[in-house]
Amino acid sequence: MRKRTAAAVVLIGALVVAAAATARSVQSSGPTKLTVWVGWSAGHELVEFKKLAKEYEQLHPDVKLNVVGGIDDNKIVAAIRSGTAPDVASSFNSYNVANYCSTGGWIDLAPLMKKDNIKASLFPSAPRYYTQYQGKRCALPLLADDYGLYYNKKLFKAAGITRPPRTMSELVADAKKLTVRDKQGNIKVAGFDPVVGFYENTPDRWIQHFGGAWLNAKGNSAIGTDPAWAKWGTWLKSMVDWYGYNKLVRFQSQPIDEFTPSQAFETGKLAMNFDGEWRVAFIKNEHPELDYGTAPMPADDAHPELYGSAYINGTIIGIPRGGKNLDKSWQLVKWLTTNSHALATFSNGIRNVPTTTASGSSKEIQPDAHFSTFIKMFNHPKSGTSPIMASGNAYTNAVQRFFQGWQAGSVKDLQSGLKKLAKQLDAQVAQAKGGGGVP
Amino acid sequence: MSSSSTAGTGAGIAAPVLRTRARRKAEWRRRRLVLLLMSPWIAGFSIFFGYPLVMSVYLSFMHYDLLSSPRWVGGANYAYAFHHDPQFWVAFRNTLWFIAIAVPLQVLFAFGVALMLERAKRGAGFFRTVFYLPALAPPVAATLGFVYLLNPATGPVNTILGKLGVQGPLWFNDPQWAKPALVLLALWGIGNTMVIFLAAVLDVPQHLYESAELDGAGWWQRLRWVTLPTVSPVILFAVVFGVIQGLQYFTQAYVAAAVASGQASQAGDTLNALGYPEDSTLFYPVLLYQWGFNNFQMGYASALAMLLLVVSFAVTLVIVVNSRRWVHQAVPR
Repeated sequence: MRKRTAAAVVLIGALVVAAAATARSVQSSGPTKLTVWVGWSAGHELVEFKKLAKEYEQLHPDVKLNVVGGIDDNKIVAAIRSGTAPDVASSFNSYNVANYCSTGGWIDLAPLMKKDNIKASLFPSAPRYYTQYQGKRCALPLLADDYGLYYNKKLFKAAGITRPPRTMSELVADAKKLTVRDKQGNIKVAGFDPVVGFYENTPDRWIQHFGGAWLNAKGNSAIGTDPAWAKWGTWLKSMVDWYGYNKLVRFQSQPIDEFTPSQAFETGKLAMNFDGEWRVAFIKNEHPELDYGTAPMPADDAHPELYGSAYINGTIIGIPRGGKNLDKSWQLVKWLTTNSHALATFSNGIRNVPTTTASGSSKEIQPDAHFSTFIKMFNHPKSGTSPIMASGNAYTNAVQRFFQGWQAGSVKDLQSGLKKLAKQLDAQVAQAKGGGGVP
Repeated sequence: MSSSSTAGTGAGIAAPVLRTRARRKAEWRRRRLVLLLMSPWIAGFSIFFGYPLVMSVYLSFMHYDLLSSPRWVGGANYAYAFHHDPQFWVAFRNTLWFIAIAVPLQVLFAFGVALMLERAKRGAGFFRTVFYLPALAPPVAATLGFVYLLNPATGPVNTILGKLGVQGPLWFNDPQWAKPALVLLALWGIGNTMVIFLAAVLDVPQHLYESAELDGAGWWQRLRWVTLPTVSPVILFAVVFGVIQGLQYFTQAYVAAAVASGQASQAGDTLNALGYPEDSTLFYPVLLYQWGFNNFQMGYASALAMLLLVVSFAVTLVIVVNSRRWVHQAVPR
């Protein structure tokens, strides 16, 4: 009896093992599932990325992609820490690339690139810069953003303005002509809203057009010593004061959210706007009737050579550590970031700038007069980006906070405030590197 | 005889020993049972409070970016907080302001409402429900509602003020008004405190009022010498609870800043709006969150958490010690 029982147990055990082995072999013969996290959440943008993912699946039947949108850095870091990171992750926030590269949170792509003979020189200098930290490349650019001027042609015509402004003085003059107020002085139509923090108005984008330097030769902040910062600050304050800070805040408090169809430029409440290239697709989808033009952002009157350039930033993509499908993840990242067809297709879909030099001139890029302005600016030799610092996002946020205080009148002395800010920034970087306090 | 005598002596010694053993055994069984019954709490306390607390102390002396191993930096994180972080003292002042203004107002308002409800003769149940209802609203929804009501351009409050010829303030968009707007939100949601006060006021022995009335005490004197001393332990509870909540004030400030700044609609952008406008809603827990989960410096965030813990203890201790002077202690019968 005992022998029979033992034999039955052995038999059942063998069957279970065999079934498990069969199941595993069936599983291994199916496509590899890769999870891809992206930041895009706005309607058409996530849809376009999913279309691209579908195309990749068709080209690679051995891979099945699970695309998850609306991801930010917080979720990516938490997933890496908990060992549940996706196979591939992308972030809108290239400022934080230092954190991913220096810690190995995103793996070093250099050996994989070397193996497949992919050279970083495929990418123009700005995206090449903001996808590495201190020489360690843990990310690649997946389309870029650059920022220019959108102007409403109908409102321009009504105000008798024949072309978009090219200098900051012209921008101020045109903004004043285009502004319409009600009897109480409230803004009905803003010629231009310069408030830092409104839509895409951030110091890093503005200082590009005043030629300001971020760092000195020692790698410390140059904000307190480079006169361009004070010049921009003075220009900003005088324009804000012309409108009245409170009037601008009241104007911004209307239901004109940036990523909705009621955005102020799209609805004619804002005659000129400093915005990213993606707005072209938003307008096409939400307000195709809008008669508008695009142009480079005006430059500081003393720096005409900067006209035509732009601040560049963009989406970065990499492979979080701990992934089980390294080879297939890399193949996907490689295709998304270096294949001209993939870049052109995605660029056509969301109207972001394609990030390899080759894809920028691809015949697949659908011609669009509004969008071509941004491609030209992307390739301008004076175009630039902000520094990648150890403290990540906190660095540019601190600068933004300072200028928000300045424009509102809370900061009284600009020059001494900038000097103090520079010291705070240097201390912040030292703290982020683990030293604490002043460098 | 001798043998029985020996046996008798042996039994005489063994009995207390056996009794002691039995007592010890029973005691041990009782302790085991107590331990068993307490084990869910012990496990929960150790995992969700003890371990994080110990780790926070440890990490506060480390450089820890969440993705690589913690590295010893001694007191550098504390030094950075006191000497170099421009937002540390801003957040500290904001939190202090909120506690100093909102907590007394909340206690006064909740106590006042409780007194009114206690006197209500008709519709008491209805009014109690009405005043308690806001406490049921989730903080995020309540804050969204207030940001909408107080929108400077299109909000109903400013629209009504405008019709009365008054230009309303910018509320959540003005550093001078953002905190007062949050205080209004806090006053609106006093339901829980109000219910506790109401129970305490209803519990004041009636004979005390009758004695006071016989002595010729008016309304104010009855309130001052009967109601207040009797409910003073509840006032102490409300103050301590309010202060601790004030030190942990986060959700409403986070949501109000994100929505009022117009940056709540895109992944990641909300974090850039923390403290909007001009750091006026940057409360201490918001600063702590910003460093831990936006700037990924968990070592520094842990140091901030430790400072918060110390301050919370100190403030609570000061209130409790001082309370001996004004809290009425019931004399045991």
